[in-house]
Amino acid sequence: MGRLSSPQALEKVRDEILKKRDPHQPLITVCGGTGCHASGCHQVVDAFRKVLQEQAKSDGVGFRVTGCHGFCERGPLVVIHPQKIMYQRVKPEDVPGIFQETVLDGKVIESLLYEHPTTGERISTEEEVPFYKKQMRIIFGNNGSIDPTQIEDYIAVGGYRALPKALFTMKPEEVIREVKKANLRGRGGGGFPAGLKWEQCRNAPGDIRYVICNADEGDPGAYMDRSLLEGNPHSVLEGMIIGAYAIGSPEGYIYVRNEYPLAVENVGVAISQARDLGLLGKDILGSGFDFDVRVSRGGGAFVCGESTALMSSIEGNVGEPRAKHIHTVASGLWDRPTNLNNVETWANVPVIIDHGADWYSRIGTEGSKGTKIFSVVGKVNNTGLVEVPMGITLREIVYEIGGGIPDGKKFKAVQTGGPSGGCIPESLMNLTVDFDRLTEAGSMMGSGGMIVMDESTCMVDVAKYFMNFLKDESCGKCTSCREGTKRMHELLTEITEGRGTLDHIDLLEELGWVTMEASLCALGGTAPNPVLSTIRYFRDEYKEHILNKRCPAKVCRAFLKYRILSDVCSMCGRCAKACPAEAISGKVKKKKEKGIPFAIDETKCIKCGMCFESCKFEAVEVQ
Amino acid sequence: MDSSAIDAIIEKYETKSSAILAILQDIQAKEKYLPKETLEYVGGKLQIPLNKIYRIATFYRAFSLNPRGRHEVCVCLGTACHVRGAQRIVDQMNLELGIRPGETTKDRNFTLETVNCLGVCAAGPVVAIDGQYFGKMSPGKVEGTVKKFRSEKPDKKEGLNGKA
Amino acid sequence: MIPFTMDGQPVEGKEGGNLLEVALDAGIDIPHLCYHESVKSYGACRLCLVEVVRHGRSRMTTSCTYPVQKDIEVHTRTEKVLRARRMIMELILAMCPGDKLIQDMALEMGIKEVRFKKEDKDCILCGLCARVCDEVVGAHAIQFASRGDRREMIPPFSGEAMNCIACGACVVACPVDVIRMKEEGDERTIVRWKRTLKMKQCKVCGNYFAPWFQVEKIREQAHLAKDFFDVCYSCRG
Repeated sequence: MGRLSSPQALEKVRDEILKKRDPHQPLITVCGGTGCHASGCHQVVDAFRKVLQEQAKSDGVGFRVTGCHGFCERGPLVVIHPQKIMYQRVKPEDVPGIFQETVLDGKVIESLLYEHPTTGERISTEEEVPFYKKQMRIIFGNNGSIDPTQIEDYIAVGGYRALPKALFTMKPEEVIREVKKANLRGRGGGGFPAGLKWEQCRNAPGDIRYVICNADEGDPGAYMDRSLLEGNPHSVLEGMIIGAYAIGSPEGYIYVRNEYPLAVENVGVAISQARDLGLLGKDILGSGFDFDVRVSRGGGAFVCGESTALMSSIEGNVGEPRAKHIHTVASGLWDRPTNLNNVETWANVPVIIDHGADWYSRIGTEGSKGTKIFSVVGKVNNTGLVEVPMGITLREIVYEIGGGIPDGKKFKAVQTGGPSGGCIPESLMNLTVDFDRLTEAGSMMGSGGMIVMDESTCMVDVAKYFMNFLKDESCGKCTSCREGTKRMHELLTEITEGRGTLDHIDLLEELGWVTMEASLCALGGTAPNPVLSTIRYFRDEYKEHILNKRCPAKVCRAFLKYRILSDVCSMCGRCAKACPAEAISGKVKKKKEKGIPFAIDETKCIKCGMCFESCKFEAVEVQ
Repeated sequence: MDSSAIDAIIEKYETKSSAILAILQDIQAKEKYLPKETLEYVGGKLQIPLNKIYRIATFYRAFSLNPRGRHEVCVCLGTACHVRGAQRIVDQMNLELGIRPGETTKDRNFTLETVNCLGVCAAGPVVAIDGQYFGKMSPGKVEGTVKKFRSEKPDKKEGLNGKA
Repeated sequence: MIPFTMDGQPVEGKEGGNLLEVALDAGIDIPHLCYHESVKSYGACRLCLVEVVRHGRSRMTTSCTYPVQKDIEVHTRTEKVLRARRMIMELILAMCPGDKLIQDMALEMGIKEVRFKKEDKDCILCGLCARVCDEVVGAHAIQFASRGDRREMIPPFSGEAMNCIACGACVVACPVDVIRMKEEGDERTIVRWKRTLKMKQCKVCGNYFAPWFQVEKIREQAHLAKDFFDVCYSCRG
């Protein structure tokens, strides 16, 4: 496959690829996403490779390690085509059985199927699994079908069909019109209309303009962009090329977080494969349009997710934001007109151009069109990445897709929008998820991180956690942000360590106000949200810490007391062995000797909880 | 790091001063830290004054100005992991390794770090050692996990659990 | 010149100018710490906040970085602005309670108490020293290091500032006077940057007038003769 010099040549290649693929032939796909890596998909992959190599009957059986499927809780995930049978929590020892029984004999292995949590029914296909049923995976769906390091896979599922359509049948202004009509809003958290941004950038005076993909996904708990870049990098690339054409930009940058080495690698492979085919570089597909892209790695700074700080970083400086009196679309990277969009925003572009704005705008709500990918994590049963149409309620996401709270615990709050967002309590779970509703409630949709919390989460501790994060990540320039986050963290520490007073709550609110109002960028501007929203909805919990010196969730160590119930204690001695402070004493019960129940010396106890963890008899009580 | 190796890295980025971040990252990947002399050399080659290089090297968390340990133990402190008790893992690591986040053990075997999100939230709490992920961690599992990376030739007298 | 209004009065500023300099020229007192006309505006201290009304929308912004524009209404003493300035001053005072200028400014703003744990820092992190050193002098001796609550102003590696020419510009620029310069015998020391340099002696009057390191650097950069600085500035005149 050499350089493609026309859209016809690309279609010819697509036909050739499809001809070589028989959809009725058996194909084994294993999820190669990072979540599955941590669950050990490597060994599963190796086991399959071994079986396929050794077995004579493996001729004609396809094998593919794909991008992230999204159902991270149940990894390693294996899907057998053409039946689309989904096996979850697959172990290497299951592999020979899967090959023999399912691939060769067409039988389903019940024990590897997903079991419905209430009916107990075994569900055999992906689409029927409750986690996937309510999703609408127009962006993320291809991940499971493609090997991200093979451009042929992307072409086979219809990739690079939107690009020739834009380059050869639409003028740049028409592309912008279509994106505006679709009302594509930025998926990185800002929600700014992408088409409008593109237009402003195109019209800004200057002879060179840039496009940037912001892949500095810094919200802790959010990993949608990572999975898109790792699992389907071409979808992002195609979006950028189309955008660059619309804006008139010859050069683009993908700024990827330093903590995502696999994403950096897969994007790099994708870029070089696209270049080989002439989809990047000079005279793309013979259209006369030149565009190429470079990958820039972040240096481990959350603030570099802010657009001006990001650009400063690409320029070789520290990530200190600058005032946006002149917008970056007019003067951005190297003072030239620059259009920056998030990974997911770019990935939406080929879908819009391919299917049309009319089709796209039928999905979602009036003000928020299309779908959004969320990472549903924390105290939830079905941890993973979900893609849903905008307008779905929080309740549907957490309960129907997320499967509710594990271990029979009670839901407490869901944190949306990362460190710039806030906590939504049970009473507001019927809120629809889109750009505007959540902001009214004191949070925001943000980049899509959704952290579910239950009764064992302390909301004051959560606020303290976010302030600790923010004071560390603040660039430190503005007094209001640097000192504001520092002092808010200090006050929250006082409260969680038993030295809080009611005045502290008022002081937190005041500090929150000045941090928000006086700081230069959105980091400082949104930093108080986690504190202010937890005070708004969980004021009683703050008061409990302050007035009664009690942490209802039993998280704040200063208020905990560990006690061994002497009548339950089996005198095994495990707790004493595990105790790092040597605070537990007693006598181990042996065959011929009577033991003495173990007890904790409160003066030595450092409240690490190791005794609680190590006791197999539930004899340790936490108050 | 010898100057020819540094030169090769600088040339890879066409000796552009705007590529300073990438250049330092490549050096950090090889050397495991950024020695003072190397920063001075790079500054000279790229015509970037030392005060700016030092500012960059200390602003970005990816860089370390002190030699790192053989094994990097990274505890994820992302929100999902935090809510699942990641702080206790950090505290247990303090006890197990005798160092705090950012520090390196005296025998230079381990460096302890915390990171703000590894993006492996489903398996939280997560600890990554040398890029290998250990999911569903608990304070009780810390000792066993770290043991795998302790000195290859353990001193028999010291015993495998670090206690004499 | 671009006309607009400030606190109701008509004012004007030159193209590319900022609101703070227009205010100061007009005799309107806006507190500020990190602004100095010799260097680019930075906007770090956040004290010079004002409210700007443009196209019907009002936003609070630092006057030192906001560009002069026509048809804007600038308000320098609204309740919101005063409340913000007071809190910022309190935060700075909590950080550097010993700095006289900060104490005076706080008193003037009516701050009677500091509701936070007092630290014992002296540097207010305005960055003027580094900005002057980089932009005006070109010695590049010091800069901010680290970020967030660990941000500090130090020479590289916290050691001696090896590029420092002991010109004293930072000493003058520092609004809170925490950079001291000492001269003892034939040595000049910028204490804060641990930089001690030997001074060159004038062949005519015998006074120590400039550090050797400094004159050599200037000589080199300006391609001057070896004996160019053998006579001091006063004797030459």
